[in-house]
Amino acid sequence: MASLKDLRNRIASVKATQKITKAMQMVAAAKLRRAQEAAEAARPYSERMGAVLANITQAIGGGGDAPALMTGTGRDDVHLLIVCTAERGLCGGFNSQIARLARDHIRRLLADGKQVKVICVGKKGFDILRRDYASLILERVDLREVKTLGFVNADAIARKVIHLFNEGGFDICTLFYSQFKSVISQIPTAQQIIPAAQASATAGAGNGGGAVYEYEPEPGEILSDLIPRNIAVQIFRALLENAAGEMGAKMSAMDNATRNAGDMINRLSITYNRQRQAQITKELIEIISGAEAL
Amino acid sequence: MAEAFKFELVSPERLLVSEQVESVVIPGAEGEMTVMAQHAPVMTTIKPGVVTVKAAGGKEDRYVVFGGFADILPSGCTLLAESAVHVNDIDRADLARRIQDAKEDAADAKDDVARSRAEQFLSQLTTLEGALLPA
Repeated sequence: MASLKDLRNRIASVKATQKITKAMQMVAAAKLRRAQEAAEAARPYSERMGAVLANITQAIGGGGDAPALMTGTGRDDVHLLIVCTAERGLCGGFNSQIARLARDHIRRLLADGKQVKVICVGKKGFDILRRDYASLILERVDLREVKTLGFVNADAIARKVIHLFNEGGFDICTLFYSQFKSVISQIPTAQQIIPAAQASATAGAGNGGGAVYEYEPEPGEILSDLIPRNIAVQIFRALLENAAGEMGAKMSAMDNATRNAGDMINRLSITYNRQRQAQITKELIEIISGAEAL
Repeated sequence: MAEAFKFELVSPERLLVSEQVESVVIPGAEGEMTVMAQHAPVMTTIKPGVVTVKAAGGKEDRYVVFGGFADILPSGCTLLAESAVHVNDIDRADLARRIQDAKEDAADAKDDVARSRAEQFLSQLTTLEGALLPA
């Protein structure tokens, strides 16, 4: 049985922990709001981009001059996986969910005899995937120093990916990230970004689809400029959704932790009070029996 | 007064402008163009330069854009800029950094096509710098 002093120390330490988790929850809530605003602010761009892309694809009509980034290399031997996770932990199952999805994907691809390459964005995904597939990881993008996620960050990643593609480094590129559905639910998602054919097909039937455009310069040239940018936009969106999701997950994880700490304090206080009462009673009995003995 | 139309300037980070305007001057890849209401549908890439927006009230605003696309319809005009800032907020250091990057790109270019493209981009940037910052 723990002594009274032990119990007091326990309670003090749990209280301190609770204060920390509470503070972390509030910080996450504030950051979540900002991340959500950023994700919403970025939405018009990707929507318009989708519409423009659909228009141009229509104009070209899947002709032979569509760039390889759009049509793919015609093979699917080498897969590139971009796994976007958070830089920090303490956010529930957020990182491990994304990593698990990526790991299952890798396992399936390897079983089919494909070659797999991985780019990790964020420290946590790297840490998890490194255990099993260290040899497949090409590189790790570190965004820890980045305070506010800018388009430049996404653009830098996209540039690396496109460079690799042009060198024939891979055939199919899939982006792993967590879709931000609500504060309590983030859905790990795999999205194919190269070749981009499917993505633009779903975005079709945008506004002004009927208009006959003039192109300046040629549609093919615009497209070859547009596709790389679209990839950067997709990555940017994934990063923003991830940022919002991470904060949401962290908020609920810390909320849970705070509540658990509260329960624990309650339980410990009861034990502490009972024991103190028992000790007082014991001392009284000693005094009384001592007085009676006289 | 000229007829107004809807103009939107969007950068990946946010929607900068969304309002009724009279005319917009866009630095198109193949020359500057002024867009007014009822313009024929055009899609064009834009080079680094200054976008001049004349609002329906007659107020003029200028924005610096670094490449992107313009989607022009009779009913409106959408400008997807890779990055855009108001001309008053332009940061000299940032511009200098971009020029430095472009110079490195030009130096690193492997084949002639890439080099000429990089050099073209660089010259567009330096023109822009000259226009913006009266040294």
